[in-house]
Amino acid sequence: MAPAQPLLEVEGVTLQYRTREHLVTATYRVCFEVFRSDRFVLLGPSGCGKSTLLKAVGGYLKPVEGSIRLKGGEVTRPGRDRVMVFQEFDQLLPWKTVKQNVLFGLLASGTLSGPEAEARAMAYIEKVNLTGFADAYPHTLSGGMKQRVAIARGMAMEPDILLMDEPFAALDALTRRKMQDELLRLWEDTGFTILFVTHSIPEAVRIGNRILLLSPHPGQVRAELNSDGQDCEDQATGKRLSDRIHGMLFSEPVPEDETVAHG
Amino acid sequence: MAERPAVTARPEFVREAVREHDIGVVLKPLTAWERIWGNGWLRKGLILTALALLWQAYGSYLNNPLILPTFGATVQSFAERVVTGELPGKAWTSVKVLLQGYAIGLVLALAFTIAAITTRIGNDLLELLTAMLNPLPAIALLPLALIWLGLGNPSIIFVLVHAVMWPIALNTHSGFQAVSGTLRMVGRNYGLTGIRYVLQILIPAAFPSILSGLKIGWAFAWRTLIAAELVFGTTSGSGGLGWFIYENKNTLDIPAVFAGLFSVILIGLLVESLIFRVAEQRTVRKWGMHA
Repeated sequence: MAPAQPLLEVEGVTLQYRTREHLVTATYRVCFEVFRSDRFVLLGPSGCGKSTLLKAVGGYLKPVEGSIRLKGGEVTRPGRDRVMVFQEFDQLLPWKTVKQNVLFGLLASGTLSGPEAEARAMAYIEKVNLTGFADAYPHTLSGGMKQRVAIARGMAMEPDILLMDEPFAALDALTRRKMQDELLRLWEDTGFTILFVTHSIPEAVRIGNRILLLSPHPGQVRAELNSDGQDCEDQATGKRLSDRIHGMLFSEPVPEDETVAHG
Repeated sequence: MAERPAVTARPEFVREAVREHDIGVVLKPLTAWERIWGNGWLRKGLILTALALLWQAYGSYLNNPLILPTFGATVQSFAERVVTGELPGKAWTSVKVLLQGYAIGLVLALAFTIAAITTRIGNDLLELLTAMLNPLPAIALLPLALIWLGLGNPSIIFVLVHAVMWPIALNTHSGFQAVSGTLRMVGRNYGLTGIRYVLQILIPAAFPSILSGLKIGWAFAWRTLIAAELVFGTTSGSGGLGWFIYENKNTLDIPAVFAGLFSVILIGLLVESLIFRVAEQRTVRKWGMHA
């Protein structure tokens, strides 16, 4: 029943990076496949290498072992077919307005130019409900609005896959919840493919249709689960999905407070 | 171990919010006086007036124009020499030389910094050169410049370039290095490399540092120029403001000496408030990038 060809294939990927004193192995032989229109979530505690993994898919980092293929082609460098949305608010160019920021991606990459670029930029700004702020500079926007601009800039590129690195982690709990709903609504609208990194179990359950669990130090695949976003009790085991994930990730019980933003 | 006091039980309550027009002031325009006092130019103007009055009072009390002419005498001398065209001419001579030195210094600084961010050896070179040469007062190079380039504008331009180049290079370089990793990744994500990456990401992102480098460079250049003109005076017959001050000191026309200093200050203020302040408002302030 699965479509024949996965969009993104990550095969036995081991990632290492150097600090001043150490060579750190971030992930060890990680495998997963993302299909078109997936909302694929990489979930794990701090230090499981999920962000490093996303950067490798982005092409910022070369695996020491294994391969990453997008539509069958090896990923070697950053490119406009994989647009990244970061956690940090400073991902917007402060010297450009909202509209210019969205346009910047289209123009710099040579995707579109002239009135076509303008029309597409405004269309995506409208999708994230920021039409009234098109000429505002980023420093005048709230955190949630900045992230919406970043999402609009990424989506306007209409990439093969949108890479999101804990995009809502720096937001307050209420805004975060609202942004999750908005992201799902945008997905209903366009059905784009998302690879989403988070350390929050409720967020993973809400956002993802497929969740990859990673264990820490170094990151290894623990499980790959399906989610319908409802977090209902399972008929057979009587356990909620989030409790199952919790049990797999943490041996000892941890308070269920996932609203605290944490980098 | 101390006994923990029991938590006092209190009833809950819910309140209606007071309606806006019952509160009194929610939003009220400031009074005219509060607005006038909020104007920085006006406050500074008042300070200047007070200083001028003090100067006038002390000058009159001293009654010795050879030591300290009064503010009135200085302004009069200044006005006379502006009307004859002598001061504007001298000032223009100075500014012309200054702009040449500044432009050359700026271009060299940019070339050095771009070399420094693209290659490691360029980085080492810039770090070493700025560490060695930035603390060296430009004016100390003037004797050497005179031997190498002779009496004339090239010598002055040489020391000006030295005065301008290092502070601008230093600030631009540290600005480039401080550009956030996220912005760099965004630039690369959309396929920017090489000179487009420098122009579209690095320079605007480092603009606050670049602007402060330009300001420091301007101040250094201006001081160096006046000092150089004082030390060896005329270039190709006419001479600038420094030479004007030196000449009038020799003829003991002290009000004119003060008028010369006055012009130096005035030009400095004009450039600061008309060029740099406006540039700052149109860029880093508008973008919310000022510290």
